[in-house]
Amino acid sequence: MKVVIMGCGRVGAQLAALLDSEGHKVAILDTDDYSFQRLPSAFSGTALLGNGTDEDILKRAGIEEADVFVAVTQGDNRNVMAAQIAKHMFNVPKVICRIYDPLRRELYSTLGLEAFSPTTIFAQILKEKIES
Amino acid sequence: MYIIIIGGGEIGYYLSKALLDEGHEILVLEKNSARNEFICSELGSICIQGDGCEATTLEAAGTGRADMLIAVTGDDEDNLVACQVAKYKFNVPRTIARIKNPKNEAIFKKLGIDVTVSSTNVILENIEEEVPTHPLTHLLTIRDKGLEIIEIKIPPESATVGKTVKELSLPSESILSLIISEERKPRVPTALTVIQAEDQIIAVTSPESEEALRIALRGA
Repeated sequence: MKVVIMGCGRVGAQLAALLDSEGHKVAILDTDDYSFQRLPSAFSGTALLGNGTDEDILKRAGIEEADVFVAVTQGDNRNVMAAQIAKHMFNVPKVICRIYDPLRRELYSTLGLEAFSPTTIFAQILKEKIES
Repeated sequence: MYIIIIGGGEIGYYLSKALLDEGHEILVLEKNSARNEFICSELGSICIQGDGCEATTLEAAGTGRADMLIAVTGDDEDNLVACQVAKYKFNVPRTIARIKNPKNEAIFKKLGIDVTVSSTNVILENIEEEVPTHPLTHLLTIRDKGLEIIEIKIPPESATVGKTVKELSLPSESILSLIISEERKPRVPTALTVIQAEDQIIAVTSPESEEALRIALRGA
């Protein structure tokens, strides 16, 4: 599979390394080249400096042939915008994005985006731990 | 009209001031407390501190009864989300977003934003109008029809000077609407109208035919 990941933070870098080690073709984007230090030295994919809400940068990352697009930057709005560009402008078959704000996640889920809120998920896990 | 403005920067401030003068009811949402205080002290209590992309803030701002929401923060993605939340959660009839990257115009339109204003394009268009030697000026875009109204000036050395409109090989998607001669006399062109040096030609064209039209009128 060809996967484009936007945001090389802890989650993005971890995901990129996992997919890369399993033989998938990974391109990862970030606006800060320092963040690419999070990638393991064995990483054989592409690390690209640039903003994933910019069509031209997404094309350079190979969005036109991508099977999956994942948006995991720190900014909810950036994730939402890039995910919508991937889904509606480039027709990427699978698009997933992270939205911290639960209300925003709810809205974009109803608009057809596959979105996860770590806030809700982690709060739920903590609650279950406390109650167990 | 009740208009909500997202972003109380320079653009948001002057925009609110102008719309207040026109008699509209205005509410500004601004994240920064200093900007918030500044706007309230200058324009009255029309500014709330908060994130205009958050549904709870928009709810408190009475977005449900807003006629229009204008997002003018400095970030294209924030403007997109504010407009989408307003449109899809609060059914605001008209949303307007400021954009910096001109390419976002097509994207925002596809994602449901009613109007986009690209500061980059506005500046570019003004420069084109101010530079008299520029061969082609965009006057107006008719967005929903995919057409534009342009102006072309005929230089004296152009091969088309002395020819009739009939003799020009105009692209099929272009129509010459008006010819303004050097003596400032406007004429509606017919097939037999003769092109003269310094004529200003106003034409309607599709963006794709623009280059062919320019060549037909001025030579390559």
